[in-house]
Amino acid sequence: MENSAKAAAYVSMKNVGHKYDPRPETPMVVQGINLDIHRHEFVAVVGPSGCGKSTLLRMVAGLLIPSHGEVSVFNLPVTEPRDDVGIVFQKANLLPWLTVRKNVLFPLKHKYGSYSATDEKRANELLEMAGLTQFADKMPDELSGGMQQRVGIIRALLLNPDILLMDEPFSALDALTREQIGFDLLDIWKKNPKTVLFITHSISEAVLLSDRILVMSKRPGTVLDLIEVDLPRPRSSKTINSPRFAELTDLIRGYIYEPNVPA
Amino acid sequence: MNQTYQPKSWLAHQANRFAPGLFFIGLVLLWELVCRFGNVPNYILPSPSAIFMAFFDVEFSRWLTHLWATLRVALMGFALSIVIAIPLSIGMMRSELMNRVLYPALIVIQSTPVVAVAPLIIVLLGTDDPSRVLITCLITFFPLVVSTTTGMLETPPEMIELSQSLRAPRYRETWQIRIPYAIPHIFSGLRVSITLAIIGAVVAEFVAAEEGLGYFIQFSTSFFKIPQAFAGLIFLSVISLLLFKSIQWIQAWWFPWSLPKKK
Repeated sequence: MENSAKAAAYVSMKNVGHKYDPRPETPMVVQGINLDIHRHEFVAVVGPSGCGKSTLLRMVAGLLIPSHGEVSVFNLPVTEPRDDVGIVFQKANLLPWLTVRKNVLFPLKHKYGSYSATDEKRANELLEMAGLTQFADKMPDELSGGMQQRVGIIRALLLNPDILLMDEPFSALDALTREQIGFDLLDIWKKNPKTVLFITHSISEAVLLSDRILVMSKRPGTVLDLIEVDLPRPRSSKTINSPRFAELTDLIRGYIYEPNVPA
Repeated sequence: MNQTYQPKSWLAHQANRFAPGLFFIGLVLLWELVCRFGNVPNYILPSPSAIFMAFFDVEFSRWLTHLWATLRVALMGFALSIVIAIPLSIGMMRSELMNRVLYPALIVIQSTPVVAVAPLIIVLLGTDDPSRVLITCLITFFPLVVSTTTGMLETPPEMIELSQSLRAPRYRETWQIRIPYAIPHIFSGLRVSITLAIIGAVVAEFVAAEEGLGYFIQFSTSFFKIPQAFAGLIFLSVISLLLFKSIQWIQAWWFPWSLPKKK
């Protein structure tokens, strides 16, 4: 069982494509995407704005059904959102009328109408893990952007999903906070191993965090390359200074900028 | 370069602080002077001092009766319009058909001058509270419907996706996400409506009533007791202002997170 679970892909995309408008003359948003994500693997997707990265994430989340090909999770086609998939949104997406703790507990409250003392204990543990215990009763707008996004991450972990989908989660943060929260995320990921699909438009962020990187072209988004990131873990600020890190970022940068370089 | 504006002396500082009050006092003084030295008769434009004296020409209990009559109708009409407007907005947000059917009807109601309809309502419902409450309700409910609907429709799509990703029932999406999100909008609607409620009550009293500040003003005017009419007018402005303020206090007390952030 364990072996087959390891061998089988947790998330699988087969020749996936999508267009929002079914008429034949409208262009595809994404096209011909093939990708298998394995257990506890961290896969990043990078590509220029509008290349359909977020569309891809929404299809895995079950929020959008692809018009072409098939997305499956645990070998079952995705037809609706699943309990074992958690989403971390862009800009934290916290509810400003709830305290930090209630935001973390919101998925239970929203899904089932209530939560138990055990759930509250779990929320407190998550808050502690993210170093937010003392902010648990504050309102989201009293927290810094980085702290808000840490709340967003642990909220996605509340239902203990096997798969974590992250949609440009750090794009609203300043550069320094962004680097720090990247390491925070790796720390959280180490303590709670998950299968992660991480959408970003930051090349260095993708290289720093992930095991593999799917590089996408401009719209209609297709796969330009699937790159194995062979940097050793645990990764730290030293990783950023390693020559291999520079090689990998250069490689990806080549894919993204090459077609636009004027002759 | 970076200094904020600072008044130069203590005197300038105090003048700056009390400027709105001083302006108001100055205006009243000017009014008094014009009346005294311009030989303006009291039945054309009474002086502030004459208006002040007129307060005592009417028994205190009579003032209270009129005040309460207007306040009662205004508050009942306002309450009725909240009870109608909010469920109506939810219905129009949830059902495209309901929106298509009701929206034109609402526009027609809103664009018909309530003052013109008021006598007809009195014919229909009699000269008691029900007709006055209905007139008040007709004048107050449109801003509430618009603000509530706008607020709910402006809910960020990511918050809705959070709800969808949890496969939560739609009534919880409405109650736990859309309505709280609309709170600031609802309150700006309430602030507009509460002042309209006083207008509605007065319009209704102009048409048919035996008590109330609107009735009192009309009655006093027809007997050329202009200072008394002005005194009634001042009462109206004061309760209108207090009601407006109460809405702000309620918002600050119950929904402090919904106030604009102080920068």
